[in-house]
Amino acid sequence: MPILSKEEAQTILKKAMAFSKAEDCTISLSGSEGGNIRYARNAVSTAGDINSMSLGVTSAFGKRTGTATINEFDDASLQKVVHRAEELAKLAPENPEYMPLLGPQTYPESITYNPATAAINPDKRADAVGKSLQVAKEGKLEAAGFLENGTGFNSFMNSKGLFAYNKDTDVSFSVTLRNEAGTGSGYISKSYNDVARLDTLALTKIAASKANGSAGAKAIEPGKYTVILEPLAASDMVDNMFNGFDARNADEGRSFMSKKGGGTRMGEQLFDPNVTIYNDPMDPILPSSTWTGDGRPQRKTVWVDKGVVKNLAYSRYWAQQKGVDAVPPARRMIMQGGTSSIADMIKNTDRGILVTRFWYIRFVDPQTLLLTGLTRDGTFYIENGKIKFPIKNFRFNESPVIMLNNVEELGKAERVGNLVVPPMKIRDFTFTSLSDAV
Amino acid sequence: MKRKDFLQLSAMSLGGLLLPKFALLGNPIDPLQALQDGMDVSTKKLLSDVALNTAKAKGASYADVRIGRYLNQFVATREDRVQGVANTESFGVGIRVLANGCWGFAASDNVTKDNIAKVAERAVAVAKANAKIQGEAVQLAPLKGFGEVSWKAPIEKNSFEVPVKDKVDLLLSANSVAMANGANFVNSLIFAVQEQKYFASTDGSYIDQDIHRIYPTFTVTKVDKATGKFDTRNSFSSPMGMGYEYLTPLANEKVTGVVTRYKNRYDMLEDIKTATSDVTEKIKAKTVEPGKYDLVLDPSHLWLTIHESVGHPTELDRVLGYEANYAGTSFLTLDKWKSKNFNFGSKLVNIVADKTQTGSLGAVGWDDEGVKCKEWDLIKDGVLVNYQSIRDQAHIIGLKESHGCCYSQSWSDVQFQRMPNVSLQPGKEKRSVDDMIKNVEKGIYIMGNGSFSIDQQRYNFQFGGQTFYEIKNGKIAGMLRDVAYQANTQEFWNSLTDVADKSDYRLGGSFNDGKGQPPQSSAVSHGSSTARFNGVNVINTARKI
Repeated sequence: MPILSKEEAQTILKKAMAFSKAEDCTISLSGSEGGNIRYARNAVSTAGDINSMSLGVTSAFGKRTGTATINEFDDASLQKVVHRAEELAKLAPENPEYMPLLGPQTYPESITYNPATAAINPDKRADAVGKSLQVAKEGKLEAAGFLENGTGFNSFMNSKGLFAYNKDTDVSFSVTLRNEAGTGSGYISKSYNDVARLDTLALTKIAASKANGSAGAKAIEPGKYTVILEPLAASDMVDNMFNGFDARNADEGRSFMSKKGGGTRMGEQLFDPNVTIYNDPMDPILPSSTWTGDGRPQRKTVWVDKGVVKNLAYSRYWAQQKGVDAVPPARRMIMQGGTSSIADMIKNTDRGILVTRFWYIRFVDPQTLLLTGLTRDGTFYIENGKIKFPIKNFRFNESPVIMLNNVEELGKAERVGNLVVPPMKIRDFTFTSLSDAV
Repeated sequence: MKRKDFLQLSAMSLGGLLLPKFALLGNPIDPLQALQDGMDVSTKKLLSDVALNTAKAKGASYADVRIGRYLNQFVATREDRVQGVANTESFGVGIRVLANGCWGFAASDNVTKDNIAKVAERAVAVAKANAKIQGEAVQLAPLKGFGEVSWKAPIEKNSFEVPVKDKVDLLLSANSVAMANGANFVNSLIFAVQEQKYFASTDGSYIDQDIHRIYPTFTVTKVDKATGKFDTRNSFSSPMGMGYEYLTPLANEKVTGVVTRYKNRYDMLEDIKTATSDVTEKIKAKTVEPGKYDLVLDPSHLWLTIHESVGHPTELDRVLGYEANYAGTSFLTLDKWKSKNFNFGSKLVNIVADKTQTGSLGAVGWDDEGVKCKEWDLIKDGVLVNYQSIRDQAHIIGLKESHGCCYSQSWSDVQFQRMPNVSLQPGKEKRSVDDMIKNVEKGIYIMGNGSFSIDQQRYNFQFGGQTFYEIKNGKIAGMLRDVAYQANTQEFWNSLTDVADKSDYRLGGSFNDGKGQPPQSSAVSHGSSTARFNGVNVINTARKI
């Protein structure tokens, strides 16, 4: 059984720690189990069921460290892996950025584990996918989709007395429906901590309506348009921004967060006053572990408050160099929403474009965070407050920083992948060419 | 690891090096442990038979088993310090079965007789559960077993036998060249991979293979504090299906010209000096005037355009809709292929697929479902003539056999259709790059790969590069910046008017090409000589925030 309880994990970690002779020692133990179904052409194409568990030891002598891992947990194996890490540490080059271990910490109990999600088995997966296929077949559409669930635990202990444990579950579902002629395509993607929220039938119906609604798209001229980005599209843009919230790169002058003449843009009004971005491990829709991989407590942190940059992430080393708090990086970001609905936004738009999602986004210029990519799976022209017709996909060249300065309205935020973002209405979004892709 | 993550890692443009991500590739180990022999072949055969027999006894009509040991080594440095040395190993077994006409797959890192039987049973259970919702039954192209065979990459020096200290010394020497020549920052990395994989199937094949790959790379950064500008130039190395011999420079493997580029041997110390002077010039270069230009594309750049606009749309799984929910489908639909006259490009466009080129990332003896590897035409004299296929797709387009394009990144992932090497054939007549440039009135000469993006059916693309040289009336007229070109695949390949001869032919490649759900990474090479494309739309990418 690869999912251990807190007590079971602690017992193994304590046993391994007793073998350590290093100045510093950190031992981690983690395991996962889960499965997936992939389907296409209205039939299952591949499916899998995978589990694994492993224990890793990092030993340190001075600023030299070594790491070794094992997937056997008897006494002899534990002793062997600790010994191997120590041997490696003695041979390693010095790491001038090595930081001493943290002592004991207090973390609140996380809310990342859901028993119903953990209980998903191959039959439940097949049933959920069966419902999605039913929508496709009844609608004379072709479905390709993916359902994946996983349960995992992470734990670690160090020689300064720090112990941390977390158990989590997740389930994600996405599906693309296309019409028989290949002229229309629709998509939906959702991730949940609690499988009770997953309704593959209802979600597939949304993708079906996009597939039918996007058929027969007309070409309009590229240029600057007001866009209404559905949460998927909005998340595609803002997700590419968060790696830039790193203090060291900003201090070194090689980030969009770097200030002309030196230093960072912390404290600057870099975005529209409507923009507030934070992470919160205890958020019920997007919960996360209450500790980071190096043992720092993960707390609610505000990164952008009313458009002003409030925090940048620091490694413990860089924080020490700069004499500041070592705010850990956060991956599960939440952008605060507003009160509009997508229907309201459409109603308030004289001329604009509704975007379901973007695709193949890559950095063009890290200096300005300029991104390029394309619209996909449902792009619509809006005129005088109404959706007029589906349009051909566009390539865009736009920066999320520029985009978040051009915010007109925000809707209710929802979870998309590992972010929570609102739908948003943005003015002057730059489309540079047309694509024939459906 | 997703290709995007890897690129972020290797480009080091944001966030620095994220060493914990390496853990995704396997468990950390002692470098010496990588040199120890893994499980012997006779034990693998014995365990494979347990899997195959159990699967059949539980009702499978076909089964294959892959016992794999995947070794990775990373040595990462910045300026005068080592950031991380990681050795990882991943060992386990993956079993794929056909039962009731449906695929099932299960995998485990516990490679013992008892557990393998359980894993085979789980794979059959997965297949039977899914058969309830399955449409048409899976059909495999017929294949005769090869018996007990083996294949070994023809390397000269196993990267894992080279001490970590030698790699650290090379990288730190390279970094010091960059810093001494005025770089503000430099990150460098050597990434080595070995796949020791054993495949057995109920067709009667027992195939033992040993594959090596290496990727040395760096990024030199220049910062102008006063203006707040920064720019980078990445290495002109290529990931290769080679051992450490790739890092021993050889004069006859160099291509000279505006700057030196490299074939099957790389000179890191020379390239990093050039890169530092390139980035110093690039940060001050003239910003490009948008408009139509004739592009002269170096193989260090063109490989990625071939990969995205020819490699991906000729994947049969995309054409058929298997990737519709993720990577997308393809504009090269079956009717275009059946017509036998679909004009993909100009007459000069001859594009070959292979899994056999020595030193390439795709080279292997047999694919991951036991099909012997070969070479075939995709585009002949500008016309689409074939696709890339695997066993369960071949019958759909009336083929009698698979092209041998099945691959899995690990024992723990199910194998599926992946791109072979896809390469543009050099010009048949003698033709130098200098002669090509002489004829260009208004053009841009592009080296190295930069930003890349293409739509889900592979029509519309946009590419950047590492360095851009303006061509004015047949002469190089200095560097440009903020350059990206946008085109439609078919129009672009029809604008190909000139290709250098085979003396200029080089391989570029992707170490981490992503596809599939859950996403899997594969490595693939793309060869070409320098080529000219007329009248391509160039945009200016400079913005202010």
